[in-house]
Amino acid sequence: MTDLAWRAERVTFRHPGATRDALCDVTCDLAGGGVTAILGPNGAGKSTFVRLLIGLAAPTRGIVQFRGRGLTSWPRGAIAREIGFVPQGEESVFPVTVREVVAMGRYPHLGPWRAEAEEDRRIVRHALEDVDALVFADRPFSTLSGGEQQRVRIARALAQHGSAIVLDEPTAGLDVRHEIELFALLRGLAAHGRTVVLVTHNLSLASRLADRTLLFSEGVLVAQGESRSVLTGELLSRVYGWPIDVVQHPGPGAEAGGPLVVPRLTPPTGPGL
Amino acid sequence: MTTTAAVARRYLLLTLLLGLAGMLAVRVGAVGLTLSDIIAAIRGTADNATHTIVVGLRIPRVVLAALCGAALAVSGATYQALLRNTLAEPYILGVSSGAALGAVAATVFGLDRLSPWIIPAFAFAGALVAIVLVLRVALVAGRVLDRRTLLLAGVVVGAFCNAAVLLFLTFADAESFRSAVFWMMGSLAGATWQHVLLLAVPLAIAGVVLFGLARSLNLLAVGEPTAAALGVPVERVKYLCFALASVLAAAAVAVSGVIGFVGLIIPHAVRLLWGSDYRQLLASAALLGAIFLVGADAAARTIAAPTELPIGVLTALVGVPVFVALLRRRDD
Repeated sequence: MTDLAWRAERVTFRHPGATRDALCDVTCDLAGGGVTAILGPNGAGKSTFVRLLIGLAAPTRGIVQFRGRGLTSWPRGAIAREIGFVPQGEESVFPVTVREVVAMGRYPHLGPWRAEAEEDRRIVRHALEDVDALVFADRPFSTLSGGEQQRVRIARALAQHGSAIVLDEPTAGLDVRHEIELFALLRGLAAHGRTVVLVTHNLSLASRLADRTLLFSEGVLVAQGESRSVLTGELLSRVYGWPIDVVQHPGPGAEAGGPLVVPRLTPPTGPGL
Repeated sequence: MTTTAAVARRYLLLTLLLGLAGMLAVRVGAVGLTLSDIIAAIRGTADNATHTIVVGLRIPRVVLAALCGAALAVSGATYQALLRNTLAEPYILGVSSGAALGAVAATVFGLDRLSPWIIPAFAFAGALVAIVLVLRVALVAGRVLDRRTLLLAGVVVGAFCNAAVLLFLTFADAESFRSAVFWMMGSLAGATWQHVLLLAVPLAIAGVVLFGLARSLNLLAVGEPTAAALGVPVERVKYLCFALASVLAAAAVAVSGVIGFVGLIIPHAVRLLWGSDYRQLLASAALLGAIFLVGADAAARTIAAPTELPIGVLTALVGVPVFVALLRRRDD
């Protein structure tokens, strides 16, 4: 799976009425397969970029292609069949079961009138299995823990049955164990050929588990490539405006993945850090 | 997961219940009728008086009650998903206040004596004006239809119309005052086949279109980013749902006055009984709402006969305890 998934060419985006660009002249290629982390400080344009990747917004200038086709020319339903999306913590205001939530991933395939077929139910069951949620499939979604809910949202994105899955801060609010479990799950999806793109604030996890990293700062894509080469202390310190060290993992967990990203406790000193 | 067959069985059961409720409702009233009277009247072999009562008065009234209950339940269910608000009901965006303003204006200026259609026409027009106003106010703040702004716009337009209604009533004579207040309490008295037709047409159209939007409504209840990412053209669907739910509420209010509670509680009752999937919820709510209002209207006619109780009083007095019982059942 090394064929191209996304290509962004000189993409600029400005929110209606805003005075500056949320994204400025972003160009990058995202190869299919593997895990790509989108990093950057708050307000750097990560979420805007994600919206462009799934066609929720059209670039003001430039073009975003998925598998060689400009996303703005795709009907919404067609995009939904290609790219699964896991937004931040949304849930129905009504009582719905876990299975119903995951079954929503089949909607783009069903259209307004067609009833769920056996094939759809099978895909939903597989998606539930993939995230290890089959045991609570018939429970109300709202009774699940944060980590379980997030796994179910991922299952819904899997049920969309596209080749790619995009996640907006999937581990926000999760404890260490659930966060790592979720990352391991995403690695597993990538190992099975899916293209995984996620926004995260956990720099160490990105370093250790993401194959590639896009680093945004104030709407500009300041670095892209293999996580190891992008995540350097000097660059991160500059982008985040805070002294950050990148150090080798000292303990028995060092063999898996890249180095650790450790912010210092003392504030930045001097003009150039 | 509920199977298609189970849902079909439920629809069948509810339809049978509706038929049964309708039959009973046609029988009871100021003049008691037997089943054979009714059948004879429908076949045209009964005496003139019975024929008039059954075909001219009772049946259109029962059918109108059913259609009103269905329209209000579907409208309420749609607003609840559209606004992502479990407290939403058909009148939440000022439809009833606008309709009341139209109806009261017609009454106070004595226009209602010109034709029996003046009140429904003014009520419908008032409701539509309120809807357009709500939309205009909601779009002042931004170019997209935001549910919080929409809700706020509904509240302010409703408050404005209510104030205007009170202003009119201040200068109304006793008789106009009384008939205006009774209109606002809601009543199915005076139902004719024309009323039935007036409501049946929008209900049929909106019902079919909203059923086609059921999956979109499920997704809107989750959130707009999720809905968009799952293929829903969000803005277009929101406008369409808003328009359909509003027209349903306006048509219902025009022919029956303000009947509260049905549109709020019936969708919730369906959720408690059979879950929240709009693919089954809309039709289930329509049938349950129809049964509920047919029963409430029959009770309103008979409990204190010959005085007719306001139907809105009945819907709340009966509906609240039933709903509380349903809530308890879920907690068990």
